Amino acid sequence: MWRVGTVVALHNETATARTITLEVRDWPGHVAGQHVDVRVTAPDGYSAVRSYSLASAPNPEGRVQITVERLPKGEVSPYLTQEVVVDDRLEVRGPIGGWFVWRTQQTEPIQLIAGGSGIVPLMAMIRSRASAGGVAPFRLLYSAREPGAIFYRNELQAFSDHEHSVSLTYAYTRSAPKDWPRPPSRIDAALIANATWPSNLVPTCYVCGPTSFVESAAGLLSACGNSPDKIRTERFGPTGDRQ
Amino acid sequence: MTSDTHDYLDGNAAAGELSKIFTMDVTVAEGQCAHCGATKRFAEAHLYMQCPGVVARCAVCEHVLLRLVSVRQRVFLDVRGMTYLSLDTQLQDSI
Repeated sequence: MWRVGTVVALHNETATARTITLEVRDWPGHVAGQHVDVRVTAPDGYSAVRSYSLASAPNPEGRVQITVERLPKGEVSPYLTQEVVVDDRLEVRGPIGGWFVWRTQQTEPIQLIAGGSGIVPLMAMIRSRASAGGVAPFRLLYSAREPGAIFYRNELQAFSDHEHSVSLTYAYTRSAPKDWPRPPSRIDAALIANATWPSNLVPTCYVCGPTSFVESAAGLLSACGNSPDKIRTERFGPTGDRQ
Repeated sequence: MTSDTHDYLDGNAAAGELSKIFTMDVTVAEGQCAHCGATKRFAEAHLYMQCPGVVARCAVCEHVLLRLVSVRQRVFLDVRGMTYLSLDTQLQDSI
């Protein structure tokens, strides 16, 4: 069932990514980690549907946020990141998916691993934990091309500074700040061993990113002794605009 | 393993398309592969979307579990690759 969402706010996260806040009439509520399908229709009737993870924590106002990364050859993402203005209307279907979710009742240690814009559903989990006053121990390992590509940096820093909150590790693949302890490179076994919960704490792991990133991160988590049953993954592919 | 084998998503990505047909969220259901007998969550299947529709394959043996194709106003669903689907109604109520 498609619902109409009205754009109520826009915020640029990076040079190429934008957060869109929508007010959706009769929004039934969601759980952190779920996504929505967004349908945009051109004046000639051609329409395209893309899936976007929800970035926002569940809230009573019926507001939902998505963060969209502009893909150079994308069909939908250039429109959503450059042309949409406040008061525009978008069709949304959702919330969707009950597998890649974190519920506030979960108390076990949580390991989040993000590759690029894979941070979005994990941010919903972090925000959901905070808004529910949760105490589940959270760790986030966030891999991005470069410092300028990090989404939600100030908010993540605030969560990380707050006592008993989210432990945060950034890793960069192309360029890192001066004196950064780890040279730019893809995630590897040493990083996973240092920046994630020891497997004997039996964390639930959520990994989201491009397919090859997820493949590699899930394999490394498994090699560190985490049971495949405790590793949940959400891949977004090389084709289409899905993220 | 070639890079082509990495061109899949997770079964959870099919949730929107499947919601056209099913009132319950099929991605959290357990399904048994009719080929190798593995029983896993549908969300864990390998999903191929670079085709005219959606193809889900078993994460263990890569046998086709489900095909879903929309042609104009008609939706075609083929689930013969699964012996059964098992859905937790209590979990569904909480989604």
